[in-house]
Amino acid sequence: MSNIAFKTLSKIAGPLIFVEGVNDAAYGEIVEIKLANGDRRQGQVLDTRQGLAIVQVFGPTYGLGTIGTSTKFSGETAMLSVSDEMLGRTFDGLGKPRDNGPKIISKEKYDLVGAGINPYSREEPSEFIQTGMSNIDGMNTLVRGQKLPIFSGAGLPHNLLATQIARQAKVLGTSENFSVVFAAMGITSEEANFFIKQFEESGALGRSVLFLNLSSDPSMERILTPRLALTTAEFLAYEREMHVLVILTDMTNYCEALREISAAREEVPGRRGYPGYMYTDLASIYERAGKIKGRKGSVTQIPILAMPADDITHPIPDLTGYITEGQIVLSRELNRLNIQPPVDVLTSLSRLMNQGIGNGRTREDHRNLADQLYATYAQGKDARALSAIVGEEALSETDRKFLKIANNFERKFVNQGTDENRSIEQTLDIGWELLSHLPDSEMKRIKSEFITKYRKRFNKDVEGV
Amino acid sequence: MSTAIVSRISGPVVVATDIEQAQMYDVVRIGELGLLGEIIRLEGNKSTIQVYEDTTGLRPGEKIVNTRRPLSIQLGPGLLKSIYDGIQRPLDILRKESGDFISRGKIIPALDQLKKWEFVPIKKKGENVSQGEIIGEVQETPLIRHKIVVPFGIHGQLSEITEGNYTVSENVAQIKTNSAVIDVGLSNWWMVRKPRPVLNKLPPSSPLLTGQRVLDTFFPIAKGGTAAIPGPFGSGKTVTQQQLAKWADSNIIVYVGCGERGNEMTEILTTFPELEDPKSKRPLMERTILVANTSNMPVAAREASIYTGITMGEYYRDMGYDVALMADSTSRWAEALREISGRLEEMPGEEGYPAYLGSRLAEFYERGGKAVVISPEERVGSLTLVGAVSPPGGDFSEPVSQNTLRVTRVFWALDANLASRRHFPSINWLTSYSLYADEMNDWYQSNISSDWIKRRQEALEILQREAELQEIVQLIGYDALPEPEKGILDTARSIREDFLQQSAYDEVDTYSSIKKQFMMLSVILEFGKLEAEAIKKGISSSKVGSLEVRKQISMIKWTKEEQIEQLIKEIEVNMKQQFEKLLVEITI
Repeated sequence: MSNIAFKTLSKIAGPLIFVEGVNDAAYGEIVEIKLANGDRRQGQVLDTRQGLAIVQVFGPTYGLGTIGTSTKFSGETAMLSVSDEMLGRTFDGLGKPRDNGPKIISKEKYDLVGAGINPYSREEPSEFIQTGMSNIDGMNTLVRGQKLPIFSGAGLPHNLLATQIARQAKVLGTSENFSVVFAAMGITSEEANFFIKQFEESGALGRSVLFLNLSSDPSMERILTPRLALTTAEFLAYEREMHVLVILTDMTNYCEALREISAAREEVPGRRGYPGYMYTDLASIYERAGKIKGRKGSVTQIPILAMPADDITHPIPDLTGYITEGQIVLSRELNRLNIQPPVDVLTSLSRLMNQGIGNGRTREDHRNLADQLYATYAQGKDARALSAIVGEEALSETDRKFLKIANNFERKFVNQGTDENRSIEQTLDIGWELLSHLPDSEMKRIKSEFITKYRKRFNKDVEGV
Repeated sequence: MSTAIVSRISGPVVVATDIEQAQMYDVVRIGELGLLGEIIRLEGNKSTIQVYEDTTGLRPGEKIVNTRRPLSIQLGPGLLKSIYDGIQRPLDILRKESGDFISRGKIIPALDQLKKWEFVPIKKKGENVSQGEIIGEVQETPLIRHKIVVPFGIHGQLSEITEGNYTVSENVAQIKTNSAVIDVGLSNWWMVRKPRPVLNKLPPSSPLLTGQRVLDTFFPIAKGGTAAIPGPFGSGKTVTQQQLAKWADSNIIVYVGCGERGNEMTEILTTFPELEDPKSKRPLMERTILVANTSNMPVAAREASIYTGITMGEYYRDMGYDVALMADSTSRWAEALREISGRLEEMPGEEGYPAYLGSRLAEFYERGGKAVVISPEERVGSLTLVGAVSPPGGDFSEPVSQNTLRVTRVFWALDANLASRRHFPSINWLTSYSLYADEMNDWYQSNISSDWIKRRQEALEILQREAELQEIVQLIGYDALPEPEKGILDTARSIREDFLQQSAYDEVDTYSSIKKQFMMLSVILEFGKLEAEAIKKGISSSKVGSLEVRKQISMIKWTKEEQIEQLIKEIEVNMKQQFEKLLVEITI
């Protein structure tokens, strides 16, 4: 099979080519395409029947013609050769070296799509990762094996946040193998350089693997890029016992590419023209985060996506939120107030937080304290909205206290700049300090034993003292 | 020799030619790997098949075999405590046989074929029996006695029945009918798309108690009822579903994780064996069946998983048990329908969903209910259905939410605003409803208190009043409100914070008995009344707010069941004293 070259292109439409006379192309098979001028492209079979194969081309379609182009079916589905040599290297969106280094040659070849993890084999993620960021550690805790995306918007500092997490993240009390796999989809070369520079400065580059598909690169490659990154990450995690942090940016560009193919195939569109199977497709990426019983490594994912027009109900953030275990949402308003990182704590969430916190992991009062901070901040923001209408004087005395705490919460707790690395103890203590202005009767979320134990440290204006 | 071959592959849809005696919904095995699929369309010699496994690598020309049986599952002892994928393959055995990642083309029996079960006959040799009659029992788990019944359509004389230890494939009895001798074993097969018949359905009359205050007190679901939980992501659908699975006072729980997160199933698998049923003190896993078809598992099997789950639920209902099935999430199931429909190039209905979405949903929910099951002795079982819905962008006007609301009778509306301020369970008390509340009044009155309806109504009215007052506060500020209105806001706030908010993660608060719920609500309302009276006599609401007993009321939820009565008595005394003291102060 693999020796026959088909020159029977009948149609080229968008990123798709139709090859006639092929009787047994496998679904998902990789196709080598040779152009009339000798250039080579790669493609993958999307639909196959007796006498016809529809192939999606990774790369531009200029130079392709119904005459003069020959296609060879490789007999293999998409695979990636993996080895330890990949650490410290940079590849393009299809997995070819981008750093002038040698090609990765290895006996170990992994299926790019891969089978799903058996839910029975999964281990419940429960190891607290200290990122050194109060808004994450304190309010939306990240654990090993979690997938926690950053929902951002154009012009917001999501890259700063992601690199700060990558730089500071550690599991308390351990010094295990740690590595970063970075997949860029359609980001600018400036952004890519920023990441590379950050990895270099923090010394992480030597234990990183980078896959770069920049905005000038063919958009179709983006379909493969995150899968290359995750296949590499799974190899490092499950075969080499490393704890891998995977950063995928920007998932919005990935989804655009998905929509492009769907439109070219004339499929019935779902919401806003995105294909109806986008949920399933995204799940096949995000669900590859996790831990497996009996294996040492883990894959933790931080996908970044820019919400079009800051709209969290747009299909891309919406479907992502339904799959991932929470989300970190950046706020334009806080960014304007120069709060770094501008995380909107109320809309952010970590679903696996409970497993990672509490006695023996962080501190016994963590859950209660976080709940109280949430409720207090929400009430303070309500009071702020109210005071904009009726004036601060018309607020009740309690509401004025809430408002003050909300302001301090943003300035002292959320705001910490890009260099400060706070321990979990520091984070929790800042929380208690903020709440010290709140009367006891409003501390409904915290058990009295914790109030007595921890509040004493900050009893500036505790009632009755 | 069959000449059937694959002629086209497009994702999870495969077209095959010349399948022998192809019939709709026949299960076929495709290609060298033997992937499982189901015929969903026939046209001349062409069969269109939805494949339950990933089709990558499959080629046109590969052979295909018809098993000539529709998608069926095996029912018998051993279902409980199991975790299955969407087509009833046990995931624990699958892991043993094929490793941590799910491999393709594996066929594994759903029930342990070697395990011996102790069969205890109830009927004797020579007795006449008819369909649905219980002839014996197997102790499946310490919680559940598995009834072995006469198969549907069989009447005759028990010609043999023997006590002893049997595997699921062995026969325990023989029935001589007019025309033949029928073997009865511990297990049988049932096709998942066909509802198991019942004699007749009964109106629901008692609540499914869940230990969740907002549900049991405000929006109760009946045993045999249907409920929808729609909500945007992060609003707590899954936590609510899991709380139901943990604490609902049902005999059997079937939990279907349909297209959701893998880690969530893991969480259930790790927590359920450790959690105890509040009544029997046995591990919850002993009454639970899990069906897990996570979002990264094949989409066609996701479509089947709902039916696999409900068929197992019906099977236990037929034994006379109360069964509750949680499906998380039916939107993912609907999306699977949409994906398959799109690949079939069917004319789409609303938002790309197939036109038959509504009827499929209705068919599903119609399989629930309280029913007199088929049996000569009267036996009643119930199947409660709770479906989570994940509307895109949290917009309830989309087709899956709307079609679900048309056929379900309880609506628990999850609210992103409540969730973001960590008011959990974030069920909106203004938009949610339960159509069973009135039907079950009798039960509440005779089992809890004759005041039940009054209290519930009072509380709901106060909350409604609060919503109106909040609008006024938005305009003129809180301080400008008259004192009596401030009092109402205080009581409403107490209902919200001290009663409705309930932590799923706190050992004590996670479950409230219905008695505790009633006492909590009564005390809160009583405080409200005393406050209103005090305000009438000229005491400011802020004075009342600073009473110590307030704090005590907010602590009830953290108090263990056995200490509740004591605490409530204390609070009642304190309340009286402290209010009297206030009045004395003002008259001096």
